[in-house]
Amino acid sequence: MNWLPVLPFLICFLALIAISFSWSNILLQKIWHLLAATALFIAVNGLGYVVFHQGILVLQVGHYPAPYGISIVIDPLSAILLWMTGLINWCVSIYALADIHTRRQKLGFYPAYWVLLMGICGAFSTGDLFNLYVWFEVMLIASFTLLVLGNQKAQLDGTLKYVSLNLVATILMLLSIAMLYGMTGTLNMADLAQKLPMYPFSGMTTSIILLLALAFAIKAALFPLFFWLPAAYHTTNVTTVAIFAALLTKVGVYALIRLTILLLPNNHYILSLLLFSAGMTMLTGVLGAASQFHIRRLLSFHIISQIGYMVMGLAIYTPFALASAIFFMAHNMLAKTNLFLITGICSRIGHSSDIRKLGGFYQHFPVIAFLFFIPAFSLAGIPPSSGFWGKLLLLKAAFDTSHYFIAALSLFVSVLTLYSMTKIWSYIFWKETSSPDKITNLPLHVYYIYLLPIILLSLITLAMGFFPQFFFNYILQTTEQLFHPALYIQAVLGVQPG
Amino acid sequence: MSDTICWLIGSLITISIYLMLSTQLMRWLFGIVILSSTINLVILLAGRLSSTVPAFIPIGQSKPDQLVANPLPQALILTAIVIGFGLLAFSLILVRRVWRTFNTTNSDQIHYAEFQYLNVMEEEK
Repeated sequence: MNWLPVLPFLICFLALIAISFSWSNILLQKIWHLLAATALFIAVNGLGYVVFHQGILVLQVGHYPAPYGISIVIDPLSAILLWMTGLINWCVSIYALADIHTRRQKLGFYPAYWVLLMGICGAFSTGDLFNLYVWFEVMLIASFTLLVLGNQKAQLDGTLKYVSLNLVATILMLLSIAMLYGMTGTLNMADLAQKLPMYPFSGMTTSIILLLALAFAIKAALFPLFFWLPAAYHTTNVTTVAIFAALLTKVGVYALIRLTILLLPNNHYILSLLLFSAGMTMLTGVLGAASQFHIRRLLSFHIISQIGYMVMGLAIYTPFALASAIFFMAHNMLAKTNLFLITGICSRIGHSSDIRKLGGFYQHFPVIAFLFFIPAFSLAGIPPSSGFWGKLLLLKAAFDTSHYFIAALSLFVSVLTLYSMTKIWSYIFWKETSSPDKITNLPLHVYYIYLLPIILLSLITLAMGFFPQFFFNYILQTTEQLFHPALYIQAVLGVQPG
Repeated sequence: MSDTICWLIGSLITISIYLMLSTQLMRWLFGIVILSSTINLVILLAGRLSSTVPAFIPIGQSKPDQLVANPLPQALILTAIVIGFGLLAFSLILVRRVWRTFNTTNSDQIHYAEFQYLNVMEEEK
């Protein structure tokens, strides 16, 4: 069972090879694609079970002992995020079968998709900072390809902005990793957590951490570094933007969580900086969304706004707050992906991404209207949806530590989010369509392939809303362990931390 | 030796930042090229420039005879070079494609995906 930690990205890699070898046969590619997505989902379920029942899983690559080689470590946090990845990937993969245009499939959508997945799974499972950088790059090059696939004018423009800012981010990340190595002589996260407290907390440490935080903040689309996101995300197809929305920025948040827990002493002013940034992210994101009429651009601004909530939980920096943030992240991944998928169907049926031109869906497609209702109100935080619990927990964490201002701000942003969702609702669903002749019914089998993942995601969102305790218990257990890294260090290095 | 390299890194980063602030995409690209190469120097420096002897252990011994160069930064740099090369190749093709499509490499004139072009985008599809 030693090889279990590498299973998620190994499956992605095998899928990539299989799909690449059937390059000219689209049907075969689709079969491999679906098989791999199912296998990945099964694997992350098994992995989650093992991690929560037997403890942290560690693989020392090539049998090099811990601080010298690369360690692949699955701790509960990684397991939760891998599980979310597996689940969302499964849903989006099914959706992709119906959504991706044949021309894009022939250009190599599926191989690029699986490289992206490999990067994400790798980033979640590595225990080595330089290895994390490598996985980030794998993810990056795949996301460039997916973004520009199809070569439309808008895509080129969007990709240009995405590439330029993200390249700078990864270079900054590499720079800070190099400096960290120069200072401590190690890049293993467990080893770092053990060695860093031995150094006096000097300006050098602060600048390294700030640089690293800057790089991750660009990835996570934090204020004021998020400008690449609304410039690029809406230009590409629905499937791609759904998987980006669910996973890419969240990898940034995950890296930020790891960094803060491992390297930052409590009460450091970088945490206040993060809190300020989180507040501004929420506010600017939701205000940006308010003025948009392009459906995917509108939802892209909401991604930014929601990132603010997660980072708020991280910056408050108690186990409970972090657990709320992770709960919120899980809820948000589901709801956000679902919203993109549903509005994707609307765009496909109404032949437009402009919500002013769409309309009449409540009358003609009541099922879609009902399915939209669940994630939309979950995102806005109406009880008893999963978003309500996520926000309630974050508020409780903020009040417990007397961060009243950010609590008030997050409530205000919730109201604005609700406004945005009502705007989509009234434009796409309630309003009579101006051009009924433009609405085309999809073939029935395509329609069902579209609906299946949406129903699945909605059910899980509902489950999170009705049984939050079940999910939250696992997450709380995770964060308690994160704040006492002795277990992690022992699992990776095999010694009792001194 | 280290001091010289520090000065070199400082000036190279200055040059690259100056280039990256340009609105001309080719200059921006050269800025990225210089920056990513400079970071490799930082990694080399982070591993300490103590020796130029390759890290080989003679047969029959368990450690090298003399002070050898740190092999780890070399491995890291090799990885970073390969990755950087791939990304730069992609960026170069992207810039070329942008130039062919928009007839300009001035980033101020390329805002096709922004708000006012919503209607144009719809028609293209």
